[in-house]
Amino acid sequence: MPLPRTRRPLGAALAALVVLPLAACGSDAGTTGGDDARTLTVLAAASLTGTFTELAEQFEAEHEGVSVDLVLDSSGTLADQAAQGAPGDVLATADTASMERAGDARADDPAVFATNELVLVTPAANPAGVTGIASLDDDAVTYVVCVETAPCGVLAAQALADAGVTREPASLERDVKATLARVSEDEADAGLVYRTDARAAGADVATFDLPGSLVTAYPVTTLAQSAHPDLAAEFVDLVLSEAGADVLGAAGFGPP
Amino acid sequence: MSDRATLGRPPALLWVPAALAVVFLAVPLLALVLATPWSSLLADLRSPDVLAALRLSAQTSLATVVACLVLGTPLAWVLARVDFPGRGLVRALVTVPLVLPPVVAGVALIAALGRSGLVGGPLDAATGLTLPFTTAAVVVAHTFVSLPFYVISVEGALRSAGEGFDEVAAGLGATRWYTFRRVTLPLALPGVVAGSVLAWARSLGEFGATVTFAGNYPGTTQTMPSRIYAVYLADPEAARTLAMILLLVSVGVLALLRNRWLTTGAAPRVGTGVVA
Repeated sequence: MPLPRTRRPLGAALAALVVLPLAACGSDAGTTGGDDARTLTVLAAASLTGTFTELAEQFEAEHEGVSVDLVLDSSGTLADQAAQGAPGDVLATADTASMERAGDARADDPAVFATNELVLVTPAANPAGVTGIASLDDDAVTYVVCVETAPCGVLAAQALADAGVTREPASLERDVKATLARVSEDEADAGLVYRTDARAAGADVATFDLPGSLVTAYPVTTLAQSAHPDLAAEFVDLVLSEAGADVLGAAGFGPP
Repeated sequence: MSDRATLGRPPALLWVPAALAVVFLAVPLLALVLATPWSSLLADLRSPDVLAALRLSAQTSLATVVACLVLGTPLAWVLARVDFPGRGLVRALVTVPLVLPPVVAGVALIAALGRSGLVGGPLDAATGLTLPFTTAAVVVAHTFVSLPFYVISVEGALRSAGEGFDEVAAGLGATRWYTFRRVTLPLALPGVVAGSVLAWARSLGEFGATVTFAGNYPGTTQTMPSRIYAVYLADPEAARTLAMILLLVSVGVLALLRNRWLTTGAAPRVGTGVVA
């Protein structure tokens, strides 16, 4: 019978297809298990990208054999993931409302470690001749803000209402980095972002202060699911310390 | 019934993985159905922002299919029927958007068609027209990611239909354009329909390239997937309802199309029709 002979290699191939992914999963779990003892996972708001990278490097230098993994995303997403038990040791968000969503995953009372202020940015050349937030009411000005589900969007809506701007934005970007990219890529004439983002963009954008000071507070906490609560607490201490304040201040964050 | 007698029982090595695949695809959808707060579904359906997003999704996905028909059909024909130097290269180029992450597609579109882009810059200088933040930009982004699906589907249909009927038509005195319209295209119709459905489905679900290139504003650029993502960031519960609305709409349309067009026996029927 030729049939069984042709079937066998096919069967073996199929069996391999079924077993291979399982084997891959097994080895993955093995490596993470091994690394766990020395890896601290920090969930941080996207606007903390630069400062927390620097703080993580400091922390690694002070703690031999410990490596810090940064997970950078929008505050709400991170808080939801933490609440659903995602692996992590520390959570830092860009507003207190997002921190609330972490619920019981917070191991202690969140402490505010920094503040950030909303500013108006334009492309470096300022093609539309923007002079301040009132310019956004001009039909010739294309401007973007964060969507209101992001902390920067809530502040932006308030800033526009305070300034009496009734013209609508061209786009509601998903987070502050996307808003900044529209301006630094010269797709929009103006945008409302945090001071730290404006500073990080350097010479790509021109910055205008807003009349009233619109500020968001950044809280940090250790997480209940942390496998290394002591290390996590030490990282939070670093963020709240003098050295932490120096790094944050240099990036444009305000004191708590 | 005679098939079963000669071919034997379906081997477990085939039907077990097949059943696993069905479970794998069905469970997340089932979970979504179970997690949907159905009581708020009707209220959400009546909300102006949801209606605007649904309308925009319908309009842009249909416009995308039209763009694919107009641009993709000739391209598929050229790739299937005309032997020119560099054809392999062109075919490879056409399939690149298939493997490109949609966000990268959006970034590439900004580089090309943005206000200060390679093509967009001169366009803005000459006419004052800018593409980003307009509904047209949504269609451009959707067409960019959907066109490869359409072209591959139609090119496959053209190749499997073969050139034999084209040659017969030419022998009977038909011009190449007449042959294309009356012989080639009708033979490839199942591929055209399947390609259109693929392009439509890809367009309806498109998110990454749209938010990156076109933006996100209710009524002009916010499609259903963009709205679902924006809502999900603040309120995952409400996002489930929106996801369910989109799921119901797309499954409904697919079911309608399946009854009408996508029966597996379509190909031979069209074929014999032309021969007769």
